[in-house]
Amino acid sequence: MAHADTTDPSVPARPAARARTETGTRWRKQRRQRREQRQRRRQQRPVGRLPRAAVTHPWWFALPAVAVFGGFFLLPNLLNFFYPFTDWSAYHSDVSFTGLDNFRAIADDGSLLRSLRTTLLYAALAALFQNGFGLALALLLEADTRFNQFFRAVFFLPVLISALAVGYVFQALLNTEGAVNQALGTEVPWLGSTTWTLVIVGLIHGWKWMGLAMLIYLAGLKGVPGDMLEAARVDGAGPWRTFWAVRWPMLAPAVTFNVTTSLIGSMNTFDIVQATTGGGPAASTEVFNIYMFRIFGQGLYGQASAMSLVLFLVVVAIAVPLVVGLRRREQTL
Amino acid sequence: MTAPPARPPRAAGIRVPPLWRYGRPALVLLLAALAVGVPLWLVAVTSAKPQAEAVRPNLDLPRRWQPGGNYADAVSQGEMLRGFVNSLLVVVPSVALVLILGAGAAWVFARRKSRLVTAAYALTISGLLLPPAVITVVMELRQLGLAGTRPGMVAVYTGMYLSTSIFFMTGFVRTIPAELEEAARMDGARPLRVFLQIILPLLRPVIATATIMVMLYAWSDMFYAFFVLGGGDRTTLPLNLYRVASAELYLNNWHLVFAYVVVMSLPMIAVFLVAQRKIVSGITSGAVK
Repeated sequence: MAHADTTDPSVPARPAARARTETGTRWRKQRRQRREQRQRRRQQRPVGRLPRAAVTHPWWFALPAVAVFGGFFLLPNLLNFFYPFTDWSAYHSDVSFTGLDNFRAIADDGSLLRSLRTTLLYAALAALFQNGFGLALALLLEADTRFNQFFRAVFFLPVLISALAVGYVFQALLNTEGAVNQALGTEVPWLGSTTWTLVIVGLIHGWKWMGLAMLIYLAGLKGVPGDMLEAARVDGAGPWRTFWAVRWPMLAPAVTFNVTTSLIGSMNTFDIVQATTGGGPAASTEVFNIYMFRIFGQGLYGQASAMSLVLFLVVVAIAVPLVVGLRRREQTL
Repeated sequence: MTAPPARPPRAAGIRVPPLWRYGRPALVLLLAALAVGVPLWLVAVTSAKPQAEAVRPNLDLPRRWQPGGNYADAVSQGEMLRGFVNSLLVVVPSVALVLILGAGAAWVFARRKSRLVTAAYALTISGLLLPPAVITVVMELRQLGLAGTRPGMVAVYTGMYLSTSIFFMTGFVRTIPAELEEAARMDGARPLRVFLQIILPLLRPVIATATIMVMLYAWSDMFYAFFVLGGGDRTTLPLNLYRVASAELYLNNWHLVFAYVVVMSLPMIAVFLVAQRKIVSGITSGAVK
């Protein structure tokens, strides 16, 4: 950007700059000619068009972000296409190529399919609960009254508590000896069922993030034009009909954002599951990240990164069609 | 009733059945008490109980109050102060970097239209969807000599959350009229000055949002901290909490766990209360487009 000042388009050819270049070498002369050409072209452009972006918004503003992102997010993800095919582990210092051995290992002991199934189920449940609770709360607290504003903040509180802490709170609540069983006088093993515990952990995930979904649905509801609602009322639509015919279609962008972030976020879950069940009972809640955490602790880095690659591919396979599909839905609704 | 409680302005658009008008506040109260009140109450009372009472956590008030003792134990046994400082030392630089680098990139991405810029934007916000490769990041950091160090942790957090801030900020910059920049440029301002004096101040609401989102994620993260920092003397608050709670099997120290939970959560709640309005408007304006 050395010549940024002389080609600054908002300052049309300062006389001083021109004088300096005119006394220069042939190279400078050529440069001046090019610049004047550019300026002529610019003057021919219609008024109000933006000047050359490269000068007014130089690349180097974006460079540090791109570098850090590339170095510490993209590069590890690229490496993740290499290390799963090696015998990288804590037990020897050299890393050599072993082909598909790691994938065979995680497929043969059943952990691959089990983690896949658990993660997908968990993500679907968590997204369902998070969005269901969030939308219900948004509809309940829609009007901008003091009362509603206070309770919006109350329902947002769980978002502010760390997921690990949330997990421990619910472990204390739902233990066989926990607060809920004591209050009800029962001994239900809420966190000890190989079928239902996954649903309960999904519920906890939905509980933790419902405040965020609520805020975004509230913004979506606020974006519905008042005259549209008025028109629906004049046409004799009740609240139910108004919701499904007018407001729900207008909520489409909020739905896209919420469904995508909740599905992706819950596939990446770790803390809540670790703090409530630790993957149990009988590995029935062992999602990808719990498996990685466990197997990494055993020093089997190659297998852990193989599972990490599977998670990556699953997320891509789900996220891309999901975003495309939901975006298309926004246009058709 | 001369003044009906909390009459919604929307009532002009939709007829409100009377059952709904009075049933709704009651339902809200009930839900808030059950869904949020009960868990928070459990945390509050348990963190004030002596160990013997807290072994089987319940909703009763402590028979003997000893919140001070519990918090002191969490400081001495759980090394809470060191965890607090360690957390600050990785979260604050991460948030600052995410904001500064993100704002610069968002400005360029929002204003330039070339195909290369569009591609770079798409690439940098891919982190919104893609999961971080946590296992290989460890390998990379080891080779760079950054494994187990704070700069390594800051780099990983920054890389992970840049996408969020760039996404929110780019959307926001697009709503800022380009004429504002134009005017400054007419007065001879160079890009750096335009950025610092025009764009950054206008970004304030979205900076508030990005700050709380990144702070939330990084402050409460235990998973990535475990892989990058491991044990040792750099462990953050969530990692410490994990250690204290994992020892629960032997010691049954729910009272310490919950004292920890309170101390960990309060900073986030304080930040939210201070910047509530900005955060809410920022989250919602960025997301619903």
